[in-house]
Amino acid sequence: MTVTHSGQRRTPKAAKTSSVFKKVVMAVSGIILVLYLIAHMVGNLKLFAGAETFNGYSEWIRRIGEPAVPGQTVLWIIRVVLLAAVVAHIWAAISLWRQAKRARPQQYVARKQVAQSYASRTMRWGGVILGLFVVYHLLDLTFGVANPAGHDATPYDRAIAGFSNPIVVGVYVVALLALGFHLRHGVWSATQTLGQSNKTRERTVNAFATVFAVVLTAGFLIPPLSVLVGIIE
Amino acid sequence: MNLKLRVWRQRSAAEKGKMVTYQVTDVSPDMSFLEMLDVLNEQLILDGEDPVSFDHDCREGICGSCGVMINGRAHGNGLFDDHPQTTTCQLHMRSFKDGDTIDIEPWRATAFPVIKDLAVDRSALDRIIQSGGYISAPTGTAPEAHSILVAKKDSDAAFDAATCIGCGACVAACPNASSMLFTSSKVVHLGLMPQGQPERNDRVVNMIHQQDLEGFGGCTNIGECSASCPKGISMENISRLNHDLLGALRAGARPKS
Ligand code: HEM
Ligand code: SF4
Ligand code: FES
Repeated sequence: MTVTHSGQRRTPKAAKTSSVFKKVVMAVSGIILVLYLIAHMVGNLKLFAGAETFNGYSEWIRRIGEPAVPGQTVLWIIRVVLLAAVVAHIWAAISLWRQAKRARPQQYVARKQVAQSYASRTMRWGGVILGLFVVYHLLDLTFGVANPAGHDATPYDRAIAGFSNPIVVGVYVVALLALGFHLRHGVWSATQTLGQSNKTRERTVNAFATVFAVVLTAGFLIPPLSVLVGIIE
Repeated sequence: MNLKLRVWRQRSAAEKGKMVTYQVTDVSPDMSFLEMLDVLNEQLILDGEDPVSFDHDCREGICGSCGVMINGRAHGNGLFDDHPQTTTCQLHMRSFKDGDTIDIEPWRATAFPVIKDLAVDRSALDRIIQSGGYISAPTGTAPEAHSILVAKKDSDAAFDAATCIGCGACVAACPNASSMLFTSSKVVHLGLMPQGQPERNDRVVNMIHQQDLEGFGGCTNIGECSASCPKGISMENISRLNHDLLGALRAGARPKS
């Protein structure tokens, strides 16, 4: 008979450290980040609507929920949730990375991979690039300390000032391509991890992952590139 | 045909191993890969050298004993476009050309310590089975086949999963050295059958727990396993395992430690 200790409410250590549990943490935190990224990408496209709309949008984010809650409450909730998701995601990634390294200390002399995609092979180092980029990005456009227009400029001016520099745009391009690859495999992997894939769905899931990764990457790349070539001024 | 073999030689788990080059001559294209290794070993014995150890039993692709990395691929699967995925014993020398150099290595994983040369200890897979790969239905006379009905799609999927022969190629091929494809095939094979229901939740939590204890890596859904599996076990089983595991944890099943 099934021996389930249903009296036990909290997940004990053995289950929490299971490799699959960590994958679930990775999938759920990844999905939270992805949902945020979709909203973020749509928001960025408002750069095309001009300084007033964009700055107004930035204002609005700070005011969501007012007057029911004090200003910036919702913004801070979003920030805390995102930070928790990033920490959880990186914790699971590092822990599984170490487990994989321990699982094969002696490498093959001859090795040939046939099934893995570029995206699946670069999840870990690509993730490191993303992590570093997120830090730089916050310093650039959120805190303004790494931005040419500085901390006191309006959000619109900071974006224009940053993206007029080809080197800055280059950094964004590299990071967003890394994001595209990360999501190409991540969407498929998360579907598997959450037990939602099967033989018939596999093709659709993979096709969706590719389309989603391309759309998100392109959506993020269009504003910086438009500033660089002068479509947005 | 004449071949140059580069074979991993390692006297025991405690000693360091290395690739050693041998020439084998007069290999018939009709020989299986293991027969070719037999030819090499006879030659080594005549020369007074230690023959190469490798595992094998049925030599007809059903027992799961054999398995080596051939030119960087488990069982050589994925190297030959015109060749179905198979076991090392069912790979034939006609897939190679005269004058080829062939690299032969053991499965490499912490959980599969080398016993000698190409033979590795795969009892970790047996312990995963022990931790949950069973049912508690009373045995005895076979019951009337129609007394318990199983949906066609479930019986098909369960049968596909049940074709896993436990060779360990999935672990060998996985960049993370994860045994997820193996474990999932066992979980799905029993979990889809009515007879497998009583232990369904415990099975999945305990088998995953044992898999981690054995030192296998975690699955990142790369797919090298399925592409190397002689039975073509599908990635869908991994998704099904994950689905079962999440359900089991929600229902309160916990690994017994
Ligand atoms: C900050 C550094 C990051 C690191 C080190 C990292 C690392 C990883 C790793 C190792 C995986 C597992 C790969 C696999 O399953 O093959 C993964 C999966 C994933 N990542 Fe990230 N990642 C990072 C950032 C992000 C960001 C910013 C997002 C949001 C867009 C994201 C979304 C995902 C998703 C959706 C998955 C799939 C979950 C799963 O495999 O089940 N990651 N990440
Ligand atoms: S899943 Fe395939 S490769 Fe893995 S042990 Fe079973 S038969 Fe071998
Ligand atoms: S020797 Fe039995 S499967 Fe190869």
